[in-house]
Amino acid sequence: MVKVKVEFLGGLDVIVGKERIHKVEVTRDDGNAVNVGDLIDYIVAKMIKEKNDVEVFIDNGSIRPGILTLINDTDWELEGEKEYELDDGDVVSFTSTLHGG
Amino acid sequence: MEQLRKEIENLREENAKLRSQLSESKVNNESLSLTEYQRYGRQMIVEESGGLRGQLELKSTRIVVVGAGGLGCPSLQYLVGAGVGHIGIVDNDTVEASNLHRQTLHDTSRVGTLKCESAKQKLNLLNPFVDIKTYPVRLTSENAFEIFDGYNYVLDCTDSPATRYLVNDVAVSLGITVISASGVGTEGQLCILNFKNQGPCYRCFYPTPPPPNSVSSCSEGGVIGPCIGLVGVMMAIETLKLIYGVYTIENFKPFLMSYSGFPQQSLRVFKMRGKQTTCKCCGSDPKITKETIESGEINYTEFCGQRNYNVCSADERITVKQYHSEYIESLEKDHILIDVRPSHHYDISHFQHSINIPLKELKNMHGSLDKLKERIPQLQENTNLVVLCRFGNDSQLATRIFKDEFKIKSVKDVKGGFFKYIDNINQDIPKY
Repeated sequence: MVKVKVEFLGGLDVIVGKERIHKVEVTRDDGNAVNVGDLIDYIVAKMIKEKNDVEVFIDNGSIRPGILTLINDTDWELEGEKEYELDDGDVVSFTSTLHGG
Repeated sequence: MEQLRKEIENLREENAKLRSQLSESKVNNESLSLTEYQRYGRQMIVEESGGLRGQLELKSTRIVVVGAGGLGCPSLQYLVGAGVGHIGIVDNDTVEASNLHRQTLHDTSRVGTLKCESAKQKLNLLNPFVDIKTYPVRLTSENAFEIFDGYNYVLDCTDSPATRYLVNDVAVSLGITVISASGVGTEGQLCILNFKNQGPCYRCFYPTPPPPNSVSSCSEGGVIGPCIGLVGVMMAIETLKLIYGVYTIENFKPFLMSYSGFPQQSLRVFKMRGKQTTCKCCGSDPKITKETIESGEINYTEFCGQRNYNVCSADERITVKQYHSEYIESLEKDHILIDVRPSHHYDISHFQHSINIPLKELKNMHGSLDKLKERIPQLQENTNLVVLCRFGNDSQLATRIFKDEFKIKSVKDVKGGFFKYIDNINQDIPKY
């Protein structure tokens, strides 16, 4: 089990009860280390209240284009994306790309 | 009398001298006039500005700003104030009253005039030593190269993904560094793209555009003036740092700044990926080039997609005039008016006889009549429903849901929505 902080920024908080910051505990049945992929599954299964909102977050089995995923304030592309193994205290942030100007 | 004449003569001479100084100074990037020393003194004595050398760098720099709106206005103001020598402003929009809370270069007297001209007028007053060129056109694949060519930096202050990709691609092709920012609501984002042709570009960060229905603009999602203004000011700071040479190939690390105005103001700096070798624009085998852009082979509208609202047939829609004469005035048709705007919109202004069920709430009922009856207790099988939203887009989607999911037979969408009704029928209703 890991205890991590999950943030929904850039207006994405609308899919998780309009709360930007969530503290969650995620476990894996097989006892292996919990990775970011597991956290995403957890968010879809447990945190997104309305199933219509899943498509705001997930597209084609992955994070929807236009959403940046950050692990401890770093682009997840630099950290191994879904394979990154979470530690207690890690912060995973999802932020919608903005386009207005 | 004689004295007055003499005074006027002296003033004329002085004026001519200043004018010639000014025009001389505008073409001379190698030195500053005495007035310019005075004007820029406060920033030149900041060590980080590089003093006289930094000021001359500013003077010889050419910057093009795309969009003279919520981001463009504050960044232009500071860049012109700082003495960036040559500025181009690209914008074909005209000033609207609803822009003024955030687009600080424009004012009430300019409503209806071109934003680029309005901005230029104010900026000329602010600093007559800056040479400002306006481009009252919409940036397109055909004109972007010609406009950007010769500029050292591009500020992307635009408001749609398609234009953002275009700005990026053309700048990468011309080897120009882009200062890119965006904002909506209470939040903003900022990054430096294609830094000296070595840093990542917009497509490295966002190879796939977002689905069109997830994109929100300022007119749609709303925006708090100072929140987007702050991001525009931050763009000016990043631009000055680029010109002063604070960032170098050695020390530049790709980043994305994320500003939130609410609940507590915060600024986060995320460490971002570098240039992607697979990038179609700046990677090792680019498919996006001057040729493919200008020929139209790269189709930005198609790439980013458009929302399809036209989901109702002609007989499922009525005009605002029909709604007014057949439903309101004559009371001929008994009906229930459903307003599907978000409730914070509805609270600003609405029809007294309407019921507010936001589109999102309607979707989340998943066609359950019981849930719908909780909100419309008088609902019967033969009830006539009329559906309204702000502009007549969401109301079409809602009409589909009422008919297809709830199986309600008589549902009409009001074309053009609440705002069209206000424009055409009753201008005394508050329009926001």
